[in-house]
Amino acid sequence: MEYVIIIISAIFVNNIVLAQFLGICPFLGVSNKIKTSLGMGGAVLFVMTLATIVTWLIMNYILMKFNIVFMQTIAYILVIASLVQMVEIILKKISPSLYQALGVFLPLITTNCAILGVAIMVIQKNYNLLESVMFSIGTALGFTLALVILAGIREQLEKLPIPSGMKGAPAALVVAGILALAFMGFAGLV
Amino acid sequence: MNNWKNFTKGFIKENPVFVLVLGMCPTLGVTTSAINGLGMGLATTFVLLGSNVVISLVKNFIPNKVRIPAFIVIIASFVTIIDLSMAAYVPDLYKSLGLFIPLIVVNCIVLGRAEAFASKNTILSSAIDGLGMGLGFTFALTLLGSVRELLGAYSLFGHKFISTDGILVFVLAPGAFLGLAYLIAIMKRINK
Repeated sequence: MEYVIIIISAIFVNNIVLAQFLGICPFLGVSNKIKTSLGMGGAVLFVMTLATIVTWLIMNYILMKFNIVFMQTIAYILVIASLVQMVEIILKKISPSLYQALGVFLPLITTNCAILGVAIMVIQKNYNLLESVMFSIGTALGFTLALVILAGIREQLEKLPIPSGMKGAPAALVVAGILALAFMGFAGLV
Repeated sequence: MNNWKNFTKGFIKENPVFVLVLGMCPTLGVTTSAINGLGMGLATTFVLLGSNVVISLVKNFIPNKVRIPAFIVIIASFVTIIDLSMAAYVPDLYKSLGLFIPLIVVNCIVLGRAEAFASKNTILSSAIDGLGMGLGFTFALTLLGSVRELLGAYSLFGHKFISTDGILVFVLAPGAFLGLAYLIAIMKRINK
């Protein structure tokens, strides 16, 4: 039951994009079409879960054991960057079709602060490994949900006559603001 | 003259937030008040200045192929320095900025300046560029923080003007998106 609560709360109540402001760059950058946002969401789900598992293990079995927790930021970013590279190489070899679908998004993910953010958050929240995995899956699903909704709205938005100053980022931000307002309705759900 | 141009371009013409639309996460995340925006901006300025100087110092020793990982390690070291110093000297501010201090390491502005400027220019102009961009970022964050604090709590830097409660939504998540949207639109108008 508590795992379900972790997932629901990560998707709706504490949505990573709309309530915690992580991963805004891809949120604004690749949310033009529903199809690309689904691809980005899939890539984030994959990398986020993997990165959280690896960084959790490193934190608990290396950094804490040798008392060098202050190296967290440096260790994490290096691990995530090399992990993304590795995933890219392995996917290319093992599953070319999956690589075709996710490939272009993988390099972008290294600088997605949601990945590093979740890896740090599960340590701050003192989650065990299984809880961390559930949390990262829920967060990635929440990210995908927000991305797909915004993409759906932006696809329609392009057909409308918007004042030139509001075109592009400002219009997307206004939509995101209204979405965030809607997601506030989920507060108190869990 | 050239240095002065380098320094000032970060404020209006190439403002990282309003014009380049980079570094959105901390911009939206920490600007619930003017003081938070200022603190976050100055922390990022420190990292930008430090990483720009060090990268332009070592740019000739780093092989081209591994330059991005090398840049990231340099940036992460400065982030760790500011992370630990802020935890020690300004614990209250550190608490309210929370997760976003370690996340400076993935701020696109820092890596962007390293790649686009510091890896090609001299130490002095890299330092000026880092300082200017950082202060431009600080300016943007403080402005957004002030707007949100003014509307959301009727106060500025903690000084209250009207004793009633503000329009709470501006302090909450939706206010960040809406506030930034209109500030970017206004800046576009000014730049035209």
